[in-house]
Amino acid sequence: MEYGLDKRSNALKIFNTTFIIVWLLVACFPFIWTFWGSFKVRADFFSRADWWYAITAFNTLLETGGKFTTDAYSQAWTEGEFWKASRNTVIVTFFVVTISLFLGTLGAYALSRSTRNYAFWILIAALIFRAMPHITLVSGYLFPFFQLQIWGILPTTIIVLVAINQPFTLWLLYSFFKTVPKELDESALIDGCSYFQAFRHIIMPVMWPGVITAGLFSLMLAYNDFTVTALLLNQENHTMVPKIQSYLGTNQHEGNLMWAVSAVVSATAPLFMLVMFFQRQVISGLTAGAVKG
Amino acid sequence: MPNKTFFWFFLPTGLAMILFIGLPIISTGIQSFYAQHDQVVKEVKKCDPFGCTVSIVVDQEKTSKIREEKPLGKFNGFGTYVDRNHLAIEEIGNFWNETNSFGEFVDQVTNLPFYKALIFTLTYCLFVTPNVLLLGFIIALSLNAVTRRIRGPLIFGTILPMIVTPLVGSLVLFWMIDAEGIIGANLQMLMDDPYLSLKSSKTLTWITIIIYGIWHHSPFAFVVFYAALQTVPQEPVEAAIIDGASRWQRVRHIVLPHIYPVVTFVALISLMDNFRVFEPIIGFSAEGSAQSLSWLIYDNLVNEEVILFGSAAATSMMTIVGIAILLAPVLIRTWKEFRTAR
Repeated sequence: MEYGLDKRSNALKIFNTTFIIVWLLVACFPFIWTFWGSFKVRADFFSRADWWYAITAFNTLLETGGKFTTDAYSQAWTEGEFWKASRNTVIVTFFVVTISLFLGTLGAYALSRSTRNYAFWILIAALIFRAMPHITLVSGYLFPFFQLQIWGILPTTIIVLVAINQPFTLWLLYSFFKTVPKELDESALIDGCSYFQAFRHIIMPVMWPGVITAGLFSLMLAYNDFTVTALLLNQENHTMVPKIQSYLGTNQHEGNLMWAVSAVVSATAPLFMLVMFFQRQVISGLTAGAVKG
Repeated sequence: MPNKTFFWFFLPTGLAMILFIGLPIISTGIQSFYAQHDQVVKEVKKCDPFGCTVSIVVDQEKTSKIREEKPLGKFNGFGTYVDRNHLAIEEIGNFWNETNSFGEFVDQVTNLPFYKALIFTLTYCLFVTPNVLLLGFIIALSLNAVTRRIRGPLIFGTILPMIVTPLVGSLVLFWMIDAEGIIGANLQMLMDDPYLSLKSSKTLTWITIIIYGIWHHSPFAFVVFYAALQTVPQEPVEAAIIDGASRWQRVRHIVLPHIYPVVTFVALISLMDNFRVFEPIIGFSAEGSAQSLSWLIYDNLVNEEVILFGSAAATSMMTIVGIAILLAPVLIRTWKEFRTAR
């Protein structure tokens, strides 16, 4: 709020700055600390004797001869088969994003251009579906999937994630499509386009910001999902997040906890880069539903 | 748009939602009325030089045959809903008769798995949601007062806790708070209590998970409030300044009324998300002292011997009822608005 009228007192300025610094520390320090610790050995990062070891790298120096070690990473990626998990994540994420954008844009366009009552009720139904805890849906899937013998494979998980993601994608894209003036496609219709042609050639080219935002959110959902992937995929097909959890399960084993630490860093880094790059889109997506409607 | 065109446009997404959200809810409903088969037992006579003994063993062959014939299990009606692991009607009746004071009765009831989980879930919602709204609003106000040039990186730092998956977020915090982590070790030193640790106390565990919840969800509230703050009209604010309104009065009487609809939106979304709290319990390895409804379902589904479909489904159905109760006010309001709009 930068009005000439508004004079802020110094005390308020100092308070404000302190508050922001403290909050940023709270928000970011855990990630910085984990990143730092992932290059140490377990005895340093989880030190009962003295947490200062994590900074001076006392045991890391003893065990590996250097202040930093990438052992945890190399072991997790090879022995821990994290490469397989990240490959699965890439496959799942790619298909979930593509398919949900394809289905979502078609559906949301229809919803935004329909003046009937049922469009309203479909949106309300989507809201209710959005509220369903994923684990309750999974408890509905497991039995039929076992019977049909489609449990454990990637395609099943992909289509399930697409479906779970549809309500949110629909709402998001709906609010974006609403901002595209109706006259645009109406004039195309008058010129003899079919609805699909108007959608394909007139509306989609101006919808890219919305599509990118919706794509980002589908990506974050597929990339971050734990409930569905942990329960619907077999050991071989696990994606990153359930894989990290599986490293925790056997934390008596010396190396494994550090595997989890390095895996957490490996899984989080690409996400942070992506959000840094697309920050504007993420924020516009989060606020689209709230501020516009 | 004509109905027919609408139909074809909407068919793919509609089909996906019906098949993988609508049907599973029905399937959960059906499963909740069935329970897994009892094991078929048979008597085996075992004779050795000292005499014969009759022992009862599980007839594996028959058991697996029955399971194959009727994979859904045996029909149980509402049996699963009222058993000890769910509503526990019978047990509550017994407690009522047996216990002397009301406090003791409540104590007994809250030890039953379902009620224990329900109380944790509600406590979590009750503490996290208002704090998320408050913290998000304060962060939005203070970031809004910062020079525009450095806001970008500050916003990036602020939304980090939200974009990581809850499992990773809770793990990252857990590794610091645990007795061997940086915060946990220092707390032990400060309090001079070498046995102080997250796992040792139920209250501490609950507080940690609630703090995690606030940490994880506040950025979402922040982002929405921040965007809403950009739309606050400047004229009334300037008029208020000229009239001598204090900063607090401006926030209270101009900013808050303007962003009120957004506040309800954030509260609703955050309540829905908090009600399904589940991953932090795994991240903090807090299964011992904190269980949520979603965690109960997960626990049934990863059961090692035989997956408890019926039990998981019954808990799921009751969770859905809980969600319906949470959503009811919003749905009723929307319905009324819709009626009057027509």
